[in-house]
Amino acid sequence: MNKVFKNADEAVKDIADGATIMMGGFGLCGIPENCIAALVKKDVKNITCISNNAGVDDFGIGLMLKNRQLKKMIASYVGENGEFERQLLSGELDVELIPQGTLATRCMAAGYGMPAVFTLAGVGTEVAAGKEVRNFNGRDYLLEMAFDSDFAIVKAWKGDKAGNLIYKETARNFNPMMAMAGKITIAEVEELVEPGELDPNIIHTPGIYVHRIFKGTGYEKRIENRTVRKRG
Amino acid sequence: MALTKEQIAQRIAKELQDGYYVNLGIGIPTLVANYIPNGINVTLQSENGLLGMGPFPYEGEEDPDLINAGKQTVTTIPGSVFFDSAMSFGMIRAGKVDLTVLGAMEVSETGDIANWKIPGKMVKGMGGAMDLVAAAKNIIVAMMHTNPKGESKLLPQCTLPLTGVKCIRKIVTDLAVIDITEDGFKLIERAPGVSADEIRSKTVGTLIVDGDIPEMIF
Repeated sequence: MNKVFKNADEAVKDIADGATIMMGGFGLCGIPENCIAALVKKDVKNITCISNNAGVDDFGIGLMLKNRQLKKMIASYVGENGEFERQLLSGELDVELIPQGTLATRCMAAGYGMPAVFTLAGVGTEVAAGKEVRNFNGRDYLLEMAFDSDFAIVKAWKGDKAGNLIYKETARNFNPMMAMAGKITIAEVEELVEPGELDPNIIHTPGIYVHRIFKGTGYEKRIENRTVRKRG
Repeated sequence: MALTKEQIAQRIAKELQDGYYVNLGIGIPTLVANYIPNGINVTLQSENGLLGMGPFPYEGEEDPDLINAGKQTVTTIPGSVFFDSAMSFGMIRAGKVDLTVLGAMEVSETGDIANWKIPGKMVKGMGGAMDLVAAAKNIIVAMMHTNPKGESKLLPQCTLPLTGVKCIRKIVTDLAVIDITEDGFKLIERAPGVSADEIRSKTVGTLIVDGDIPEMIF
């Protein structure tokens, strides 16, 4: 089966209005820039997006927000996006804020074929509302359900034509679990190579999880908080 | 004199022990890394997937793929390792991180913490804070003693939506080091020149002052 697509436009072609999409990345680090641009161009609407953050006003998922494409956002931290806050407070956007570890683990559960997981995070807070609580060894845990998403869109550093992926540094973040969790997983990579060119010992995401792969172009890799120290 | 933010971080750094794995939150907690005592070896964990975080890069050496949980450009130290977010919170949940330092808007005398939401005003989200406070064995809150209006951030009960319940044991503010005990807040140290009475007047909730309270030493 050929998994290789020409570009982002081709890879996201069948994503329709109302789809649920997981989007890898932490802040602007390791986000699928090409696919976000293609989704903005395609102008699909009523999207439910599962991603740790919502980008910034003029980049990342923020571009889809600005274009009013999102119906619901499931995230852990959305602090850097004014448009997000505006749409949330005005009720245009439905938002579910969940703990970051819970977000990661609900993706992981989906990829590991587990319907749900128990976690300590959020016990006794508003996150626990309506959720089953179970006591193990004297401590309360919340039952959190695996995510169910139509598409997972991830960004990797290197990939091969079999869909095997390697991520770079902290751009790994949510990408591996999301790659495992999508009914259809789309990977955009900086370098696309032939099978056999990547060392099987260091592959992070086995190709079985990846349905579509393409070589991305023009990565901006914007830095959200540029912090440096002086020499000497 | 009330402590500066740097001095709060400096005081917290004295709690570090050799071999600790430490997670530092955004704001004052991040500054703790600047005051790690000589001879103490600690490894910094950043929950976006890095163990062995180094200082900020030199100008021109910033790497957009290498950031910390505050989305700041950082570096690695020899022996560092990258991992995904599930593993990162796995090690946090499993209690492998020895110390977590984070900021707060409010802390209650029973150890509840609120730091993620002001209804109707601020909706930034909890990020990793709920996972960290639920799981960490050892959490220190770094914060100013009062809010910008001068109201105590130490309270009998939190008024804001909670991040975690009965999880905080120690607070370091610009005025004091305070432990949270079965009986409420307990004053452990005072900022230099700040009296126990002043601390009491700026603390809402039970404050136990047992005998002479020493000043912090830097």
